[in-house]
Amino acid sequence: MSHGSGGRASAQLIEELFLRHLDNDLLRRGDDSAQFGVPAGRMVMSTDCHVISPLFFPGGDIGALAVHGTLNDVAMSGATPLYLAAGFILEEGFPLADLERIVAGMAAAATAAGVPVVTGDTKVVEKGKGDGVFITTTGIGMVPPGVEIAGDRARPGDAILVSGTIGDHGVAIMSSRENLEFDTTITSDSAALHTLVAQVLGAAPDIHCLRDPTRGGLATTLNELARQSRVGMRIRESGIPVRGAVKSACELLGLDPLYVANEGKLVCICPAPQAAAALAAMRAHPLGGEAAVIGEVVEDPHHFVQMETTFGGQRIVDWLAGEQLPRIC
Amino acid sequence: MRGERIRIRGTVQGVGFRPHVWRLARSAGITGDICNDNEGVLINAWGDSQALEEFVEEIETRKPPLAVIESVERQPQPNDIDAPGNFSILDSGAGAPLTAVAADAASCHQCLAEARNPRNRRAGYPFTNCTHCGPRYSIIRAIPYDRANTSMAPFAMCTNCLAEYYEPEDRRFHAQPNACPDCGPQLWLEDVDGNAVGELRNADALARAAALIASGHIVAVKGMGGVHLAVDACNAQAVDTLRERKRRYRKPLALMARDIAEVRRYAYLDWTEAKALHSPAAPIVILRRRDAHDDLAPGIAPGQDQLGFMLPYTPLHLELMRHLRGPIVLTSGNLSEEPQCTDNTDARERLAGIADYLLLHDRDIVNRVDDSVVRVTAGHLRTLRRARGFAPGQLALPPGFEGADGVLATGADLKNTFCLLKDGYAILSPHMGDLEDAPTQVDYRRAIALHRQLYAMEPQLLAADMHPDYHSSHYARELAASADLPCAEIQHHHAHIAAVLGEHGLPRDSAPVLGIALDGLGYGDDGGIWGGEFLLADYAQSQRIGRFRPVPMLGGNLAMREPWRCALAHLWSVDDWESLAGRHAALECIAFLREKPLDTLRQVAAKGINSPPSSSAGRLFDAAAALLGLHREEQAYEGEAAMALEAMALRAVDGVEQAYPFELREAQALVEIDWSTVWPALLEDLAAQVPGETIAARFHTTVATAVAELAQRLMLQHQLKTVALSGGVLQNSLLASQLQARLAAQGHRVLMPEQIPCNDGGIALGQALVAWAQQG
Ligand SMILES: [Fe+3]
Ligand SMILES: [Mg+2]
Ligand SMILES: [Zn+2]
Ligand SMILES: [Zn+2]
Repeated sequence: MSHGSGGRASAQLIEELFLRHLDNDLLRRGDDSAQFGVPAGRMVMSTDCHVISPLFFPGGDIGALAVHGTLNDVAMSGATPLYLAAGFILEEGFPLADLERIVAGMAAAATAAGVPVVTGDTKVVEKGKGDGVFITTTGIGMVPPGVEIAGDRARPGDAILVSGTIGDHGVAIMSSRENLEFDTTITSDSAALHTLVAQVLGAAPDIHCLRDPTRGGLATTLNELARQSRVGMRIRESGIPVRGAVKSACELLGLDPLYVANEGKLVCICPAPQAAAALAAMRAHPLGGEAAVIGEVVEDPHHFVQMETTFGGQRIVDWLAGEQLPRIC
Repeated sequence: MRGERIRIRGTVQGVGFRPHVWRLARSAGITGDICNDNEGVLINAWGDSQALEEFVEEIETRKPPLAVIESVERQPQPNDIDAPGNFSILDSGAGAPLTAVAADAASCHQCLAEARNPRNRRAGYPFTNCTHCGPRYSIIRAIPYDRANTSMAPFAMCTNCLAEYYEPEDRRFHAQPNACPDCGPQLWLEDVDGNAVGELRNADALARAAALIASGHIVAVKGMGGVHLAVDACNAQAVDTLRERKRRYRKPLALMARDIAEVRRYAYLDWTEAKALHSPAAPIVILRRRDAHDDLAPGIAPGQDQLGFMLPYTPLHLELMRHLRGPIVLTSGNLSEEPQCTDNTDARERLAGIADYLLLHDRDIVNRVDDSVVRVTAGHLRTLRRARGFAPGQLALPPGFEGADGVLATGADLKNTFCLLKDGYAILSPHMGDLEDAPTQVDYRRAIALHRQLYAMEPQLLAADMHPDYHSSHYARELAASADLPCAEIQHHHAHIAAVLGEHGLPRDSAPVLGIALDGLGYGDDGGIWGGEFLLADYAQSQRIGRFRPVPMLGGNLAMREPWRCALAHLWSVDDWESLAGRHAALECIAFLREKPLDTLRQVAAKGINSPPSSSAGRLFDAAAALLGLHREEQAYEGEAAMALEAMALRAVDGVEQAYPFELREAQALVEIDWSTVWPALLEDLAAQVPGETIAARFHTTVATAVAELAQRLMLQHQLKTVALSGGVLQNSLLASQLQARLAAQGHRVLMPEQIPCNDGGIALGQALVAWAQQG
């Protein structure tokens, strides 16, 4: 891809490429904006920028990830996502074939999720001013009436659920980026969670919080929620689902899976009496087969997230300001 | 006739100071009064010049056992005040308290004698105490230190006790915890279901508890600062059961013996050590074991050549031990890593799965205080854990820090203590423990709040470790942000060294010293992981001028738990590792490492995945221990491998003077000790079947030689005269004494930690001093 004299030609090429893959009525119309009607209720909007290395990894690529990330942010309010917008920043010289793969990945993810990309933009920056490709996606959706989900609604006594195994995405990305060989290939869990959310909401309509534990992992998400809701949390190490391969990779690398990123999991906090129904609904969904109740919300002026370890201790699972750094003197 | 106002500062409240002065005044014919106030004790005294001089001298020389006099200031009385006719004790004045809350103290010999005397009204009474001994800090809820503000409040004194309390001639004059069997706390025994055993009280309950221990049961014993677990130390099965239930699999267990003679049966004991055992702090003293094949259970201190002993420090323990024929294990009542239980309900809940019986009492333990631990190295008493008997303790700060005030230093994360600076004194908290443990951190925050209240201290400046993710640093930053205060972030090893300077009273404006920190690890100025450091340091500044050559810490924290990772990282620092490994393929340690996924680990190291380069001295010892097969796969607690290596080295008989080759190398703006030449030589020794003991000893010699050599070079280069050592690795006595000897032989003034732990228990004091000094 070039810039300058050939700019017009390549811009056209790119436009066609997008249209070919992401084709839908609104996008094809070619207006500066997409116009659509919406049902009554509260509208939700979320945006996310995606930078990742490598661009292609076991279980996905940056295109699919950009769709999933934003759809999930929308879905964590309990909303049904309706439309997506995508902005691309490409570095001059980025292989067109790679771009095509990424856009195809994005299209496949959007189609599978049933949410079209209805508007977008592309800019090319000089070589050295970007890192291959950056993608920003924006999503909008509608919250059905009666659904009240927010980060400050966790209450003492609530149950804490997680929709499946944790750490898959982060370990998959790291091993593919750093060329680490493990016995089995670890695949990212990148997936759109809105149908899972809809199913769980059907079974447990009084859900208090939903959040996807992406960067910073489960530990960071729980701390955010504890602080927002001004409560404490107690989780049990033995109850947290971790895939065997992820566990052994983490054991070799000395990483704590609690802090490793996920892209297809959610944390759900609901009143204890609805926990069993929420769990059953998750497990009935293809993305929630390994869902589990991992602990409960408690009263705690310090807002600690603490974990009962397999040795019976109560470990504080704190926020990390930076990387996982050794702290034992 | 002359009048004076005499101001005395120090630990002078709650230790029988006023009645003592009252007695001296009466015998010297001095009139006037004495009262406690917010600065200590204030005496108004009248008498003739000669009598006044003698009176003041007597106060200073014949003070009560627990009193510590920091300063005596004398001023003439204003002329318009007339001398009163007698000498009286006034009630405590109001106002902000400033003087120290005294630490708990072991029973004095008079109280022990009373408790042992069958005709005394306190015969066998477990809570006998007086102004010279007994609980203080462990029972205080608020100041002033009056009975109403302690957990003795619910116990109204009987007429006999009250008479003692109001009689200035009595040892129990104003003894706040004063008690007797008629009016004081009661002790009973119950089973794990909460059923009282035989309605027994006090001495009878103790006798039964002793019988249960003797027959192999685990008995929880609520003492002064916490609940312990006791078993017969000679019953192997009981000790194993205790370890299993407590999930403390290998860490050595502390012992209590009935007297010095019993300690001597099991361990070598010199005069300093015996004195420490008998001191008012009555700490656990780490002693060299006499005979590995004595009758103690093998599970007491597996793999160690040392035993930790303490003596009974309350009449409760004395009475218990009186009925037993040998030493007992007396270890903290908790699951491993948790804080010790303090209250009855908590003990019943948390210890139900560990103890068979509980010996409880109805005096609340307000503040948990663990047993202190000391060890004598090269003739000096070194505190490894400052708690019961020492803390809270105040330390007068060196010249230049007179105005130091309003500083709260939150310490490090492991072996945590915190520190306040108040009016030129440092107030050192007792040992808190590992802040990653949730109950410990809750207790830590509570203890900080209590100390702020006890010392009427509103922090104006916070000091914390520079580590981005220490719990203690998070807490300091939170406190600072919520009160809009500055928070000074202090480099870990600078704090280690500053604590040594402070302890030894180096004035604030002293010339820089060479600070050598031999440590597990700490966060460095440059974001790296440090731990073998040579710092050009004073209180305010520190510059790294030398270090151990860094190697990757393979797997971060995991490298501490799994010493083979340290061995691997160090072997990879050897230039031609492949051919070295090939040459020694037959060695068991090499074969072991070959079983690991080396290709992946090589990538991990090369790319620095959770493997920061680290100059840690602790990990260097772990590497050597792993090569010698000591806890290679995993160590159960911090320092286990290094302690085993030291124990092995101490058993060496010959060839110990020979050091392995090492190199001192200029690297950037500093000098590095490169250890990579050590490993081929060490493997050569292994291949030649040199005894492991000799190899371990040579390794110690190597480290001591290299550190002393680099120290000498840096001292000359920077024209320094004083060297200060600290860091957790100095808990290794063999290394510490070798280093001290070598550095002293080079003609330097050598400062080592004594009262302040060299491990992270000493960090808080250093942080506070650095933060204050930097403030200008
Ligand atoms: Fe340290
Ligand atoms: Mg977002
Ligand atoms: Zn006494
Ligand atoms: Zn009484």
